[in-house]
Amino acid sequence: MTAAVLVIVGLGAMLLGYRFYSKFIAEKIYRLDPGFRTPAHAMRDDVDYVPTNRIVLWGHHFTAVAGAAPIVGPAVAVIWGWGPAFLWVVLGTIFFSGVHDFGAIWASVRNRGQSIGALTGDVVSQRSRVVFMVVIFLLLLMVNAVFAVIMATELMGTPSSVIPVWSAIAVALVIGVLIYKMGVGILWPTVVGTIVLYAVIYLGEIVPITLPESFLGLGPGPQWILILFAYAAVASMLPVWLLLQPRDYINGIQLFIGLGLMFGTVLVANPTVVAPMLNTDVPAGTPPIFPLLFVTVACGAISGFHGLVGSGTTSKQLNKETDARFVGYLGSLGEGSLALVSIIAVSAGFASLAEWQGTYSAFGQGGLGAFVAGGSRIISDGSGLPLAFSATLLTVMAVLFAGTTMDASVRLQRYIVQEWGALYRIPLLTNGYVATGVAVAACLVLAFGAGGASGTGGMRIWPLFGTSNQLLAGLTLMVLSTMLVKLGRPSRYTLVPMIFVTGTAFLSALQQLWSLFVTGQYLLVVLDVLIIVAAVLVMLEAAGALMRERRARAASAATAVS
Amino acid sequence: MSPTGPRGDRLLAVIGRWARTAGDLLSEYYQAPYRRAVAQARRDQDDLFMILVFSDLMGVPNPATYFTLELQPVLLERFHEWHTRMGMAHSPLEGLKCC
Repeated sequence: MTAAVLVIVGLGAMLLGYRFYSKFIAEKIYRLDPGFRTPAHAMRDDVDYVPTNRIVLWGHHFTAVAGAAPIVGPAVAVIWGWGPAFLWVVLGTIFFSGVHDFGAIWASVRNRGQSIGALTGDVVSQRSRVVFMVVIFLLLLMVNAVFAVIMATELMGTPSSVIPVWSAIAVALVIGVLIYKMGVGILWPTVVGTIVLYAVIYLGEIVPITLPESFLGLGPGPQWILILFAYAAVASMLPVWLLLQPRDYINGIQLFIGLGLMFGTVLVANPTVVAPMLNTDVPAGTPPIFPLLFVTVACGAISGFHGLVGSGTTSKQLNKETDARFVGYLGSLGEGSLALVSIIAVSAGFASLAEWQGTYSAFGQGGLGAFVAGGSRIISDGSGLPLAFSATLLTVMAVLFAGTTMDASVRLQRYIVQEWGALYRIPLLTNGYVATGVAVAACLVLAFGAGGASGTGGMRIWPLFGTSNQLLAGLTLMVLSTMLVKLGRPSRYTLVPMIFVTGTAFLSALQQLWSLFVTGQYLLVVLDVLIIVAAVLVMLEAAGALMRERRARAASAATAVS
Repeated sequence: MSPTGPRGDRLLAVIGRWARTAGDLLSEYYQAPYRRAVAQARRDQDDLFMILVFSDLMGVPNPATYFTLELQPVLLERFHEWHTRMGMAHSPLEGLKCC
């Protein structure tokens, strides 16, 4: 089997999904109406609610949802062989993620652009809204802890990437100042910034940077984690126009360049897939494929985070309701294609099966490191760039994606802490600095607490992150199913995915509970218990809401007959 | 006639048009997700500036009042918008009755 076949089959299936399945969902289930006045028109304020060109909207919806997570998840999950991960990414994208992302936008558009969190309160019940807030906080906590550990590992593993990664921040600051303080047009800063970003990769190769072996008793890994959180705290306090906005923008451009480069070089080099289709000889300690595959692939197939983006910002800018299919469904295909690239890099980027087995020597050993190792070989073979340069290039891209996600989620966590401060009348927590401190401290406790003083607990948290992310998707699908039952339309297209994702999340959490308990990871045991409670509540709420709606419909039908 | 000739001019015009379209799309892509955050940041900055301009009226001595005095009528409309946003139906300042 060669990698090009996987690309063609995978992308082909996803495009067929867009052409036929999403059309069916759009016409028969969500019943999009081109004449419907979307919130962007009805509530236009030129700030939040602005009708936007659908290609531009797709661009920033896709780049907002895609990050390092769809790369890491599949790259870890290939330990069970490429077959299961490939199937779940392709089928999950077509039948789960697409319907979920598209649905979140549709539900929000039909409800004055409200976010899924607010809709959970309105459509289902106020109790489920509280569950929603708790799941989001857990999710953000885990995203930050995991990404800090992953970035630290990459910065240690590829010292040549240190200068390019931090230079990207300088490039972003310059772009921010040029655009807002000097009124320069966007085109030239983009072109020059991108060129500078790639040029400093050479500088990174010449001047690799490593941190001291021990500083105040901490190894290089924990040192990087502390530096990254210090940076994230500062970044989340800076004005958004100065750092976050240009950084997001540069990342978006990088994402398109990176995807193009990877797909292009896979087709040119067409490497052979060396990983087994189904790995029957998994290393000792690897959890069972069912149900862990689903939460490990995480964002590669379905992600609750997409619903937050879709209903938070995208729905307020939709020009026509019918654009929801293009933006939402195609946005999730973009994410799926990133996951596909990741699977190909880690299963066809190694020279032999033995080398692959050497990398996948234990659960959690794959991940971003394997993606960079495999992907850089493919890029090098396909484009003729030197191997070391390709490795630095991919590391820089991956760290930038993870970094931007971390910037944004530390900021979101700060907002949640401030909101709690206001809700429970604790004025201290409403202070921006205090709230940021609390958010960062919570992440640090998790990053260090889960992995001891070495601060390498990230990969142990990964399946838990996947579980809470999937639970969030379950909540969104629950809102969609309830809406559909209310409207008297078939709800099985969202209900079956909801039962499946919530069920696998619940089973995974149970499975992990035991293994975390046995290994003495008590902090994670507590988190896991919280997730299990949330999963049970989601299922109970969903059952309650659906029964209520069904009964209400039956009652109104009976009155109509009599 | 330009040194590139009419064909060259046409080509340059086409390239210019493309660059403008690309610039517009990129600029929209840059602005769209952050409109709210930027508007908020701008409002915070404007509020601070307004406090500086009206500080003398509130009893806070400001050495620059001589210069900021003539800005007061210009900012009056925004002052009205500010006090209603802050939950005060009428102007909180004695000497400044905007409504």
